[in-house]
Amino acid sequence: MRVGIPRTLSYFTLYPLVQPFFEGLGVDVVVSPESNKDILDEGIKETVNDACVPIKLLHGHVAALKDKVDILFMPRLVSLDGKNTLCPKFLGLPDMVRYSIKGLPEIIENRLDLKKGKLELYRFLFRIGRRFTDNKLLILRAIWRARYNFMHYRKLLLQGFTPIEAFSLLQKGHNAEVQPQKGQIKLAVLGYPYTLYDNYISVGLLEILKSYGVNVVTPEMVPKQELQRMSKKFNKNLFWYYSNCVVWACKYYLTDKSVDGIIHVTAFGCGPDSMTNKLIELETKADRKIPFLTVTIDEHTGEAGVETRVEAFVDLIKRKKGIL
Amino acid sequence: MKISFPYMGTSHIVISYLLEQLGHEVIYPPVPTKKTLSLGVQYSPEFACLPFKILMGTYLEAVEKGADTILTSGGCGPCRAGYYGELHKRILHDMGYNVDMIVLEPPLVSPLDFFRQSHKLIKKRGWINLARVFRIAWRKLQALDDLESTLHKLRPLALSKKQITQVYEDGLELIRQANSVKEVDEARDEALTNLQQVPADHSFTPLRVGLIGEIYVVLEPFANHDIEKILGDMGVYVHRSIFLMNWTKNNALTHGEEGEKDIRTAAIPYLNQLIGGHGQNSVGEVVRYAEKGFDGVIQLAPFTCIPEIVAKSIMPAVSRDKGIPVLTLFLDEQTGKAGITTRLEAFLDLMKEKRRIKQEVS
Ligand code: SF4
Ligand code: SF4
Repeated sequence: MRVGIPRTLSYFTLYPLVQPFFEGLGVDVVVSPESNKDILDEGIKETVNDACVPIKLLHGHVAALKDKVDILFMPRLVSLDGKNTLCPKFLGLPDMVRYSIKGLPEIIENRLDLKKGKLELYRFLFRIGRRFTDNKLLILRAIWRARYNFMHYRKLLLQGFTPIEAFSLLQKGHNAEVQPQKGQIKLAVLGYPYTLYDNYISVGLLEILKSYGVNVVTPEMVPKQELQRMSKKFNKNLFWYYSNCVVWACKYYLTDKSVDGIIHVTAFGCGPDSMTNKLIELETKADRKIPFLTVTIDEHTGEAGVETRVEAFVDLIKRKKGIL
Repeated sequence: MKISFPYMGTSHIVISYLLEQLGHEVIYPPVPTKKTLSLGVQYSPEFACLPFKILMGTYLEAVEKGADTILTSGGCGPCRAGYYGELHKRILHDMGYNVDMIVLEPPLVSPLDFFRQSHKLIKKRGWINLARVFRIAWRKLQALDDLESTLHKLRPLALSKKQITQVYEDGLELIRQANSVKEVDEARDEALTNLQQVPADHSFTPLRVGLIGEIYVVLEPFANHDIEKILGDMGVYVHRSIFLMNWTKNNALTHGEEGEKDIRTAAIPYLNQLIGGHGQNSVGEVVRYAEKGFDGVIQLAPFTCIPEIVAKSIMPAVSRDKGIPVLTLFLDEQTGKAGITTRLEAFLDLMKEKRRIKQEVS
């Protein structure tokens, strides 16, 4: 039995949970390849042309997986924090994909809605487990292992590792030493995990920044309680989970005054981002007047274009700080 | 308090009536034009949905005319529209306009809600007057919906489209002027009779098309290039899924809360999840229109509209299963009337052809 997991969207949030879980059940996990041009092109072909880039990319990943696996992991994610819902495209994801791509294997499309309580996460896994085995003990053991790995993962993020770094640390299995980043300036890079940490889609933004000697912090590195605290500072919050994480992380980094600038990475055709982007731009302007840059990722973003803009932005900040 | 509000279909007739009766000075926003839109585009986020941009432009024009308070609607469920008011306010403040925003749920979904949220609005004339005013406003809403749905039926048949437009607009004016429940009823009856008296050609059965999609672009003619009129003038009967009051009898596809549920039930085989906006409704409505023997469905949505994109990607399957053609029009500031008309013409041909084949078979 092979279960396929697309390497995008919730992958960066849930993989360290579901990977050990499936393995604990004795199911092989197949992850689609890292995003590349072929995958995106394939996705563009399969998707309604008005969709956002990440959704198109997802379709490409699904197409890359469909003939290699027996079942696809593509749950209907409704709420990941018990308060906010995800973008409507996550809510309708299994349906969108099913009616767009032909010849799909079975889909694990269980609903995950943490508004139903904290334990729902485990009930969700349990329900999925029952599709594969009647051995309840085995499922519980797999859940336990998954939970442990997941907690470890979250800890690594809070220590300042990106999901990709954390994945490889977890795989190697040893405890990571926290290496202080040695850059001269610190930037908050805000965006959805599936745009920030997907090297192809973000045209290597995080790497580029590092090569300029920039310490990078992202929404994933802010503790959940802090995000919650920030949410109270707004009259009215947006509705979508990942967007709110971006907005609250922005407020967090503005409040703790540790960053020299903010970059917002937004995806072309993303509905929520039109609101998110304006909101954090206004927040930044009103609060600390630190430099703010928006990087829009579209189907044809060339690395060169992004690089020049980011370089100019970093130079500006360095000059401001008297480093250049 | 100098108060203004945005246009959405004919709702302005009722909103301005309410505000004036409550003793406010109403600043009429100009009817949205190209200029409104380009003003809105200039000060809105690039990928904001079309309604956001039109409203942005409207507010700027209203503020220029001296409005210090804007009454607006909160929007359709958990979607961007729910955040419109907040962001509009922040953008206006950032530009240096000190305006107040009062956000109500659209389109006067329930008078109770209006009541709750309108403390600020009510202080002037006291509460006794209020019940009366609300009753009249409510009646006006019903009358407007009746008038519109009758227009939809009669426009395709009317010999002179110009005449029926004129009669309809006169009817709106009658309703606008009415100042008691009795007067509203009289105005309504008179307007309906006048519509019915416009000479009509009853020799053919017009194509029947359901109009679905995101509420604002469905209801506001400026946003959809007056699609109902274009279709009506082409001799097509348009049945709109959304009315100002969604539950006025005979108008909406189905009635009341039960109707909402029914639409959702119809959507479940395809989309078993509420997704905000009108997304799930859109799917369910296509199913119901097909069952009622409509010739086709037109889905209207702003470009980048999240729920409608989800709905659209499911549409091909619904359309195939139920044998009903669906045309999706995504609207943005670049959409032109000519482009829409061409696509509508092609769609009409398709529906005619389908109808011909059906008749031959039976
Ligand atoms: S949040 Fe934006 S990028 Fe993500 S799925 Fe929704 S529309 Fe697409
Ligand atoms: S339903 Fe569509 S148009 Fe309405 S707020 Fe949501 S995205 Fe915008």
